[in-house]
Amino acid sequence: MRKERIDRGLKVRTEGIYAITSAREILYLMGPRILLIVGLLALPLIFELAPYWKKVINIMCAYALLALSFDFLANYVGLVCLGGAFFTGVGGYFAAIFNVELGMPVWISMPLATVTGAVLCTLFLLPCLPLRGVYFAIVTLMYPLLFTRIIEALNILGGTNGMTGLDALPNAYAENYLIIVVALAFLFAMRRFVNEDVGLVLRAVKDNDQSVRASGISVTRMRIIGVFVAALLGCFAGAYIAHLYMWAGISLFALDFSIIPIAAVVIGGGGTLVGALIGAFILVPLSEVLRAFGTFRIVIYCIILTGFIVFKSEGIMIFLQRKYHQFERWVKV
Amino acid sequence: MELLVYGIINSITLSLVSLGFTLVYSISRVPNFAHGALYVASGYLTWLFLNEFMGFPYLLAILLGVIITSLVGAAIYQFILVRIRGMEISEIIATYAIGLAILEGLRWGGLRGGTFVLPAFFPGSVSILGVSVDYQRLIIVGAGILTFIILYLFTRLTKVGLAFRGIAQDERAAMMLGINSDMTAVLSLAIGSALAGLAAVLLLPLGNIVVEGGYNVLVFAVAVCVIGGLGSWGGVIVASFIIGFAQIMTEYFISAHYQMVVALLAIIITLLVKPSGIFGKQKELEERV
Repeated sequence: MRKERIDRGLKVRTEGIYAITSAREILYLMGPRILLIVGLLALPLIFELAPYWKKVINIMCAYALLALSFDFLANYVGLVCLGGAFFTGVGGYFAAIFNVELGMPVWISMPLATVTGAVLCTLFLLPCLPLRGVYFAIVTLMYPLLFTRIIEALNILGGTNGMTGLDALPNAYAENYLIIVVALAFLFAMRRFVNEDVGLVLRAVKDNDQSVRASGISVTRMRIIGVFVAALLGCFAGAYIAHLYMWAGISLFALDFSIIPIAAVVIGGGGTLVGALIGAFILVPLSEVLRAFGTFRIVIYCIILTGFIVFKSEGIMIFLQRKYHQFERWVKV
Repeated sequence: MELLVYGIINSITLSLVSLGFTLVYSISRVPNFAHGALYVASGYLTWLFLNEFMGFPYLLAILLGVIITSLVGAAIYQFILVRIRGMEISEIIATYAIGLAILEGLRWGGLRGGTFVLPAFFPGSVSILGVSVDYQRLIIVGAGILTFIILYLFTRLTKVGLAFRGIAQDERAAMMLGINSDMTAVLSLAIGSALAGLAAVLLLPLGNIVVEGGYNVLVFAVAVCVIGGLGSWGGVIVASFIIGFAQIMTEYFISAHYQMVVALLAIIITLLVKPSGIFGKQKELEERV
């Protein structure tokens, strides 16, 4: 006996756009997407009476953005970023500079910090882009540590106290829905992006860089695009967190921002993009529940992470997708 | 004069720290991001054997600490890395996660503050060329040179050492000659971890055992390896002398805070000018994409 997996008839019928004829087929296609969108949008209303958990939703979505950025870089560009905190830190400090020092309102400082931060991150990571992935991992690992040291040593940008006095967002609903909408928008935009021409070339860079080179496309330029997009997501998360806490300090370069997104992607399922969100939605509330454990939480993430990599490397999302699209049966060999 | 003496000491310190990392990478092609964690863990284990359990004699405690670290390294490969061999992304994430788990676990377990100090082997100091140097630093220099000589002889005279070099040069050809690739990798991780442990017990008497030390060690080890050319042994020595002297100079003329900046700048300049590192000739084509 062996197990056989067969696509559901419904899936086969709905694969081509022209085949959709019934409400059931439309529901089959749209159901999971609508569930995610509506569920996420309804979250702040569900937790109306629990203001603490409404705050957790914000952080959760910010981590989801970071996880999305890691997933994109690792599984579509082939660069492992061990320092997601670099992006959040740069984004957060830029937001603080624009908002506090230059007096820009929130709705200008946040997007501006996102873009300038992403440009700066890309510039800093430029030297290691023409090289193999190991170098990128090494350099991204060093940057958050380095920036913490520099800020401490030179006592610039508020030193160890950080920069205070950032403008808050207008109200709790704005805080919630800004990040939720941005997370959803980035998710669906990224899913499109990786199937556009640029995205296809990026994937080719990951799978076989020599062939991309042979086609007369610059690998470095493609990677610059990839890193810039990932940095956009990370810097937005950083700028948002800085405005949320009305504070930008060296804890924006903290280890949490590097390791939780990685764990989220591995748990959620690498390469699916949605998996990154789902992983973050599982891990961040878990980490709030375990708040009493302090730094031991990082140990827990790491153990979960290693366990998933070794024993269940496909992750939750790919598992669910398989169950949704296919059925299994035993057949005689 | 002070610059010269302390520059040499610092350089040998760096090369001791990064030897284990480069050994593992050159043989098994696994970037062992748990290196710094093993360093701290070994120091902590030695401290435990020395103070908490029974109070072993110092030499025995050191031996036990190093051996257990080396077993941990071997176990990491045998039980975890072997399953994800060849998947570069997973290898990096897994070793990084293990390293973090060890470091943050130790921090949670109480490794904080200045209470964790290993005693110097021999207290006191001596004057060399008019600079006072304590005995511990002299031992570090001696042990560092000795380790290099032993490793050199080991890789050229023993069967296991030759197998190491075979796998490092051409894995497939070596496998055809009957060298077990996984076994060699396990051994390489064991020896690499033992080297990290050795570096820890030698260097930690100069300061406290702190978790941050693990991150620093990892960063410096990686910096030295990248500049010397990943997986090149001669490169490690040259690169640690370059970084070692650069660090002492910045410390002397500017400020001690910039040590890590020096390391990172050196990495970036190397990557821009000669990405395969100073001695990374053999694998030059593979580094560039």
